[in-house]
Amino acid sequence: MTYLKNIGAYFLMTAEMFRKPTKWSVMKQLILKDIDDLIIGSLGIVSFIAFFVGGVVTIQTALNIDSPLIPKYLVGFATRQSVILEFAPTFISIIMAGKVGSFITSSIGTMRVTEQIDALEVMGINSLNYLVFPKFIALLLYPFVISIAMFLGILGGMAACIYGGYSTLADYVTGIQTEFETFHIIYAFIKTFVFAIILATIPSYYGYYMKGGALEVGKASTTSFVWTSVVIILLNYLLTDMMLG
Amino acid sequence: MIEVKNLHKSFGNAHILKGITTTFEKGKTNLIIGQSGSGKTVFLKCLLGLFDYEQGSIAYDGKIFSKLSEDEKRNIRAEIGMVFQGSALFDSMTIAENVMFPLKMFTKQSKSEMEDRVDFVLKRVNLDDAHNKMPSEASGGMQKRVAIARAIVNKPKYLFCDEPNSGLDPRTSIVIDNLIQEITEEYQITTVINSHDMNSVMEIGEKIVFLKLGLKEWEGSKHTIFKTDNTSVTDFVYSSNLFKKVRRMYLEDNV
Repeated sequence: MTYLKNIGAYFLMTAEMFRKPTKWSVMKQLILKDIDDLIIGSLGIVSFIAFFVGGVVTIQTALNIDSPLIPKYLVGFATRQSVILEFAPTFISIIMAGKVGSFITSSIGTMRVTEQIDALEVMGINSLNYLVFPKFIALLLYPFVISIAMFLGILGGMAACIYGGYSTLADYVTGIQTEFETFHIIYAFIKTFVFAIILATIPSYYGYYMKGGALEVGKASTTSFVWTSVVIILLNYLLTDMMLG
Repeated sequence: MIEVKNLHKSFGNAHILKGITTTFEKGKTNLIIGQSGSGKTVFLKCLLGLFDYEQGSIAYDGKIFSKLSEDEKRNIRAEIGMVFQGSALFDSMTIAENVMFPLKMFTKQSKSEMEDRVDFVLKRVNLDDAHNKMPSEASGGMQKRVAIARAIVNKPKYLFCDEPNSGLDPRTSIVIDNLIQEITEEYQITTVINSHDMNSVMEIGEKIVFLKLGLKEWEGSKHTIFKTDNTSVTDFVYSSNLFKKVRRMYLEDNV
């Protein structure tokens, strides 16, 4: 029953977010601030993780190919497929659920605890539109982060491959160009777009409707991370089955 | 003026407000007092429109809030200033930005007009050099004064304060009380204060509503509260020996 109630409240919150918009001059500043906090502020950690995990994927693939019948360019091919199809859109989104999701839940939750949301409501401001909508719009730029993760993941794989001596640059480049399907990119970005909506709304829901004090802000951040990750994994399965299955 | 008629509010089976009827007058500091759990905060949140209620009505200058359209409600809310117990300043904004916030949201003033108004109200609350500080850098008393400045910046018709003196030393409490009373008289605002502080009751209580277990047990002023024989009020207000003595002296002087 509680789950159903939460799901209902989540959809009502999402609908309310679009009602009674905040003044555009104010909203513009909020969106720019959230782009800075959520998108630009995540580029460093995403780049770091993408580069090194791309390298690890390459090393693992190379070490598991010991048959002389398997062509060497397969290392590049496998890295590209892993990074574009799953690692960048899904794995990075789980990391973002921890970084961006916790930030959203704790910042909105703290505003709830310190009555800042009540202050907005008393002034006649739609607090959901004021707080959640700019995050929603900012995270529409999330595919940009993922495209950087894709590029750096493949680049990290290339660096590991060459400097580790697992394959030649020519083989790796041949691998990443082999049987390239544009639809895989479309599939990855559709997933990314859906995950962006999840990353903006589920943590906001847990922050906005939290009750209690500082301890509950921490608990809400943890719960938000768990549910954001669960929903991302479930939707990943459903979207993959629908689009590639 | 705010008129409240037969206000009922429940949470599940808990009946919190049991038919409160009272009036808060313009240009006066109206205090709501009562023990913890008497329903003061729920009453204040109903007045602010943060809680819906099951029965009764609240009218702002004759306009019954629940019967208004969304636009009309928004217009009334834009005329409300609120000072929260914990100040509720926006931590991501400087003090000047906090005070400017209602102007940015609800007016079409130019930046320089807004800055002039912010300078004026910050000066009015004796904070003329705190513009660029963050709320976290301000003391409790300063934060309360910023909250008052933010509440009055858009020239509200109604000012609500939830325990404005909580956590403040006695001297700062008096400063805040006097400031609220001066502003109320100066701008002819209808001010409603939710308070536990008996000093405030004695100093600025031009109208006092005493709540007990969700009922309006008594109402009067800082003068009549000395003379009342309602034991619920006297037990609450004169619970300390100091206030018992003050009352005795007042009654002796006014025989």
